[in-house]
Amino acid sequence: MIYLDNSATTRVSAGAAAAARHYMTEEFFNPSAMYAPAVQVEREVERVRAELAASLGAKPSELYFTSGGTESDNIAILGTASVQRDPHARYITTEMEHPAVYNVFLALARTGADVVFLKPDSAGRIDPAALAEAVNERTALVSVMHVNNEFGSVQDLAALSSAIAAKNPETYFHSDGVQGFGKLPFGPLPVDLYSISGHKFHAPKGIGALLMKKRVKNAGGQLGGGQERGVRSGTTNASGIAAMGAAFEELRAAEAENLRHMRELKLLLANYLLSLPDVLLNGPKAEEGAPHILNCSFLGVRGEVLLHALEERGIYVSTGSACSSHKKGKNRVLASIGVEGERAEGAIRFSLSAENTPEEMARTAGEISNLLGVLRRFRRR
Amino acid sequence: MANVLLIRYGEIHLKGQNRGFFLRLLKEDIAAALEEFGAEVTLGQGRYYASGIADSCLAAAVDHLTRIFGIWSVSVAKEVDKEFSVICETAAALMQEELAKRGGSCTFKVFARRSDKNFPMTSNEICPELGHVLLERFPGLSVDVKEPEVSLSVEIRERAYVYTNEIMGPGGMPAGSNGKAALLLSGGIDSPVAGYMMMKRGLELECVHFHSFPYTSERARDKVVSLAALLARYCGTVKLHIVHFTDVQLALYERCPADQTTILIRRAMMRIAESIARKNGCKALVTGESVGQVASQTLDSLVVTDNAANMPVFRPCIGMDKYEIMDIARRIGTYETSILPYEDCCTIFTPRHPVTHPKLDRIQKSERAIDDYERLLQEAIEKTETLVVSGSQASG
Repeated sequence: MIYLDNSATTRVSAGAAAAARHYMTEEFFNPSAMYAPAVQVEREVERVRAELAASLGAKPSELYFTSGGTESDNIAILGTASVQRDPHARYITTEMEHPAVYNVFLALARTGADVVFLKPDSAGRIDPAALAEAVNERTALVSVMHVNNEFGSVQDLAALSSAIAAKNPETYFHSDGVQGFGKLPFGPLPVDLYSISGHKFHAPKGIGALLMKKRVKNAGGQLGGGQERGVRSGTTNASGIAAMGAAFEELRAAEAENLRHMRELKLLLANYLLSLPDVLLNGPKAEEGAPHILNCSFLGVRGEVLLHALEERGIYVSTGSACSSHKKGKNRVLASIGVEGERAEGAIRFSLSAENTPEEMARTAGEISNLLGVLRRFRRR
Repeated sequence: MANVLLIRYGEIHLKGQNRGFFLRLLKEDIAAALEEFGAEVTLGQGRYYASGIADSCLAAAVDHLTRIFGIWSVSVAKEVDKEFSVICETAAALMQEELAKRGGSCTFKVFARRSDKNFPMTSNEICPELGHVLLERFPGLSVDVKEPEVSLSVEIRERAYVYTNEIMGPGGMPAGSNGKAALLLSGGIDSPVAGYMMMKRGLELECVHFHSFPYTSERARDKVVSLAALLARYCGTVKLHIVHFTDVQLALYERCPADQTTILIRRAMMRIAESIARKNGCKALVTGESVGQVASQTLDSLVVTDNAANMPVFRPCIGMDKYEIMDIARRIGTYETSILPYEDCCTIFTPRHPVTHPKLDRIQKSERAIDDYERLLQEAIEKTETLVVSGSQASG
C-alpha cells in the first residue's frame, strides 16, 4: 500500500496507540474524580496541555481540548459571535476555507451578521491589503486557514495579523491550523484562536484542541459539567489527550527532519508528474506551499477514475471533485483559486507524511504515467 | 382471550386442481417469516391462522407478513369461544380501544360472516344484535353503514374471531411458485421496481449487475448489494452476480461508432445476462425499461436490444411514467437507496448524441467488426463474482 491521503487522516503511531491503550485499560480513571489515581491522570492531561501550549507560544490556560478540528472551529467562531452585542457585526473569512469554517460563516450570515468572504489569488494566498480593506470598526472576527487542505497554500499569519490590528485592534484573529500544525515549524503564532486536530498528526480521531488567548471573550461550546474551564463540557478524553501528547512528542523530536523529508518527497513527486504531458499544478509552487500537499490536474481524465485506477494498484489519494452526478465538477475550494471545469474534474490531491519514501513517489508517478496513456484514450464523445 | 393473526390469500382462490401446491408454498413462506416469533401456522377455511405470538411482537409479525407475496391481507383478531355473549364482550373491549383513540366518539359498522352453520345465529342476525349491544354500551357510538370509521368484524369459523383492523398485504403469488428469472439490476430507481413486480408474480430472482471499475466505485457496488438485500426482504435471499464489464465497454468504445455505444452496451449486457441466466436455471430476463424514458428505451432501441436476447424479456415498468415507478420504489423501500449518488460515475460511455432510432443491421454490422466479440463477453462472464444476499442484510 502506498498511502498518500494523509490530509484526510494519518495512521496512529505505535507510541500514540500505546498511550491510548494505557489510559483506556490501566489508568482509565476520570481525571475529574477525587482519588489519587484520577489525580495522576489529571496530571498527564495537564502535562500534555502545557506541552502543546508551549509549542504554540501560549500559556497552558489558553489551550482547550476538544473532539477535533471541526469542534474547535465551531467554538472559535460561534462562541465568539454569541457574545457580540452588535447583531450586524462583521465576520471575515475566505472562499477556500474547510467546511468546518465555511459552513459556520454561512450560518452566521443567515442570522443577519455581515459576513465577508475574501478571494485568494491563484496561488491560494490572501492579500493582507485586501484583508485590511475589509476590516472595519464593527469587525468581530477574522478567520483565515493556516494551510489550505486541498492545495497546501500557506498564509503569512503575521502579515494578516498586522493588517487586522492596524484597522481594528479589537478584532479577533482565528486560524484553522488543522493542516498547519506539525507541518510548519513550531513556534508562537500571531493569532487569538487556533484549531488543531490530533488525527492529522498520527493521534487518534476524536481529539483536538483550540488555542484561545486570554483576551478573547467566548461563550464556549457545549454546556454540561464545566470541564475545560467551562469552554467545552464533557468527560475529559484522557486517553485521546495522552495519545495526542505522545504523537506530538514524536513529531517535535523529528520536526526538522520530517519537514525536510516531506518537502523532498513532494518536490520529487511534483517533478515526476509535471514532466508528464497535460499535467498542471494547482495552488502554490511546489517549493512554496506546505511540505505535505501537492495538487495536480490531469487534463483529459476524471480525477475519480484515476483515483479508482490507482486504488486498484494499492495507491490511495483523494480527489477534490466527486464524480457523482449531484455535484459533478463543482469544487468550491479549487474554484476559489480559479481551478474549474475540466481542470477541476481532473484534480488529484497527494498528501504525504514522514512515513512515505522516495520509492513510493517514483512508483506512484510511474503508475500514473501508464494510466494516463490508457485513460486518456477514453473521453466522452 | 388470545390474539391470533388471520391471514387471507388473494389470487390462489382462483386456482383449481393445483391450489394445494400454492397453499403449501404460501404456508411455508408464512411459517418461515414467523418462525422467530414462535408462531404456529395452520390452514383453515380460506384463511391461515398464526397463533402463539406474544402481544409485544404482533406488530413486527404483521410487518413481516406484509412482505410475503400471495397474502391479500392480515388482521389481528381475538380468538374466542363461539358464544354470542363472549363475542359481545370481546367486541365491546375492542370498541372501547377504538373509541379511546378517537376521543370518545366514532361511527361504526358490524360485519359478520358465519361459515360454521351450526352456530345458532345467521350473519344477518349477528350484525343488528351486536350493533345494538354496542350502541347501548357506548353513547359515543353511531352507526354508519356506508363509510364507517371503525369496521368491527366477526367471523364464526373453527372458533369465533373478532377484529377491527385489516392490513393489506402485497398480493401476488407465492415466491418462487412460477420459476426463476434474471433481473438486470443497475443502481437506479427502475430495475429494483421491475424485480419487485416480477417477484410478486411468483418469480424467483437472480440479479445481474454490471460493474465498471475504475469508472464506478466500490461504493456503487455496495449500493447494488444494498438494493439486492432490500429486494431479498421479500423472498429471503437473492443471488447477485456482479459482472466485471469494463473491458467490454472499452472495446465497444474504441471499435464502434460513438453514437452507437449505448445500444451496443445494452446488447452486450443482454447477452451476458442471458448466459448467466441459463447457467442458473432462469427462463427469462427482467429489466426496468420504460418505453421512451431515455435514448436506449425508444421503441426502436428496445427492438434492437430485444433482438440480442434469446429468452423472454419481461419489462414490467414498460408502460409506466417515471413518477409511477418512483411511487412504487418508495412504497417497497428501494427509493432512498437508489438515489444515492454513486452511480454512473463517468459519462464517457454515454455519447452526447446517441442514436435514438438504431437500425438493427447497422448495429449488427458494428458488432461483426469486433472479431473477438464473443471472447470479450466470455471473459466478462468468467470474471463474474456471485454473492448470496440476504434480506436481513437490508438496512433501513
